[in-house]
Amino acid sequence: MTTTTISPRAAASTRGALQESKSHRARRRLANALMWIGSALATLLALIPLLLVLGYVLSRGLPHFNLEFFTAVQKPAGETGGGMKHAIFGTLILIGLASCIGLPLGVLGGIYLAEYGGGKLASVVRFSADVLNGVPSIVIGIFVYAAAVYPVAQRNPGQGYSALAGGLALGIMMVPTIMRTTEEIVRLVPMSLREASLALGATRWFTTLRIVLGSAKGGVITGILLALARVAGETAPLLFTSLGNNFFSTDLRGAMASLPVTIFNFATSADDNWNALAWTGSLVLVLMIFVLSLAARYFTRNRFGASK
Amino acid sequence: MAVNPSSISGESAPLKKRGFFGNNPGDPIFFGMTALFASSVLIVCLLIGWQLYRAAAPAIAIFGAKFLTSSQWNPNADTPSYGAWPYIYGTLMSSLLALLLAVPIGLGTAVFLSELAPRKLRAPLSFLVELLAAVPSVVYGLWGRLVMVPWLATKQEWLGGPFYDWLSGLEKSAAGATGIKAFETYGLSHLVDGAPTGYGMMAGALILAIMILPFITAVSREVILAVPPTQREAAFGLGATRWEAIRGPVLKYARAGIIGGIMLGLARALGETMAITMVIGNSNAPSASLLSPASTLASKLVNEFNEAGGDQLAALMYLALILFGITIIVNALARLLIWKTSRGMRGARD
Repeated sequence: MTTTTISPRAAASTRGALQESKSHRARRRLANALMWIGSALATLLALIPLLLVLGYVLSRGLPHFNLEFFTAVQKPAGETGGGMKHAIFGTLILIGLASCIGLPLGVLGGIYLAEYGGGKLASVVRFSADVLNGVPSIVIGIFVYAAAVYPVAQRNPGQGYSALAGGLALGIMMVPTIMRTTEEIVRLVPMSLREASLALGATRWFTTLRIVLGSAKGGVITGILLALARVAGETAPLLFTSLGNNFFSTDLRGAMASLPVTIFNFATSADDNWNALAWTGSLVLVLMIFVLSLAARYFTRNRFGASK
Repeated sequence: MAVNPSSISGESAPLKKRGFFGNNPGDPIFFGMTALFASSVLIVCLLIGWQLYRAAAPAIAIFGAKFLTSSQWNPNADTPSYGAWPYIYGTLMSSLLALLLAVPIGLGTAVFLSELAPRKLRAPLSFLVELLAAVPSVVYGLWGRLVMVPWLATKQEWLGGPFYDWLSGLEKSAAGATGIKAFETYGLSHLVDGAPTGYGMMAGALILAIMILPFITAVSREVILAVPPTQREAAFGLGATRWEAIRGPVLKYARAGIIGGIMLGLARALGETMAITMVIGNSNAPSASLLSPASTLASKLVNEFNEAGGDQLAALMYLALILFGITIIVNALARLLIWKTSRGMRGARD
């Protein structure tokens, strides 16, 4: 039996064709390392503004974070001291009004999408919700101005800008968010729960409202709180609807102050005291949003993995 | 053999079939009510478009399409004329510059957070990046105006001073040596030609970039995470490095979704109002320089809306209509791309 031998030269060239050259592998390793460093650097760059902004808000906002801030109304430019009681109160009123519109439309609309949502209307509604979500908040403010403020001002001179209009604008902004989260959460409720309720003789509306919604309660509340957190910080829609007020007011038909608008006015002024108060206002606003977001997370704890 | 339950209890009436609405009055009412409430978003969208168009109609009638290219904005002249070009330019330019900054950083962050970061760090770091999106626009504006702008002003003293002199000197000598005038008219020095106030296009682009960064990062990260693990495993099996596995199958798979995320960031930047109004300087003349003040559609509306009336108000409504149209188109394209990617990849899992 003859054995075929391969000459050493042939063997070496085959090895070369199949093996990677050292320099090529080194280049690939270098590229890999560079990309690792590059993306880590990018993450660092992304986090620096966050630390800067929150850091400044904290350091410049804390000095005036005192009782006077929460109990006093703003002082005119040129004086020192003063607070934002009227603005904080106004923001709470406005998000309360917004919820009156956002909650029913959003939650019940979301239930429609989840329970009856296979058809054409549902697809169009979902698309519209996404569109409405993407409309700049200033455009929504201008829309409410054209629809609610201007006509009222035409008929009763001196009126027009109102907390009601501001609440309407913010409420419109809340609806798409709440609708989508409610739909997703209600869809997660197992069919067996519905079937059991119906089998026991409950009506469809009772099943949906009490049983299904009751089971999805936590998730729905999360969606509402997240929408509130987003809407509490909005300025632009309020500029043309509730306008802003330098005084404490409880009149819903009149202009009302709000934290974001007051911060905007104080920040763009040349008055040092007002600038300082704007930082404190920002601190309060960021804290408010932070608390709302934390509360939202609280309502979805144990949610995933616990239910079958 | 089927047994009719009613015959067991002795009832003579047959069992009623439960229809779509059931056999009680509450169900159709409930259906109608929820359907109506759901349609409210559709109705509001249509109403916004109609209301804006109606309010802008006088301006559209007078200026028509010329409005989009004219740079005149004189409400106080004998024959007032209005033009949207400086604001369209400002909006587009600030958003594009912001994208230029935010996309590389956002993609790099997304890759790091989804692939390369140590597992324990991934959740907290992602949470921090998402925190950027929770800060309200007016707070960014406050920080931008009182912290970033003064800082930029010190940097711009060099950019607009010695650097500008050096660049324009280069251009002059290049034009003199070659005789090509274009070196001077189109030279890069025009980008830094202006007073170093800190306010301006540069500040606007920077603050927008910070604000859209979390959106680009979040969407890109989700899309990258949705790539089936088999793709990565196949690449590793072939001997790829980490980076090669990402660059190859993962990014190619995620490409449409990432572009969708970028467009979402663009849509957000186009509609951003408060922060950019507070740092961009608000001028009525478009300029190529990054140091010169500018205006966007949104900032113009903030500054003039409440004092305007009559024709000026109609012109401002025309601006709002343009902004509405631009953001709807960009948003729709973005959603389409993201939706298409997640659909496509779900099929690939099988």
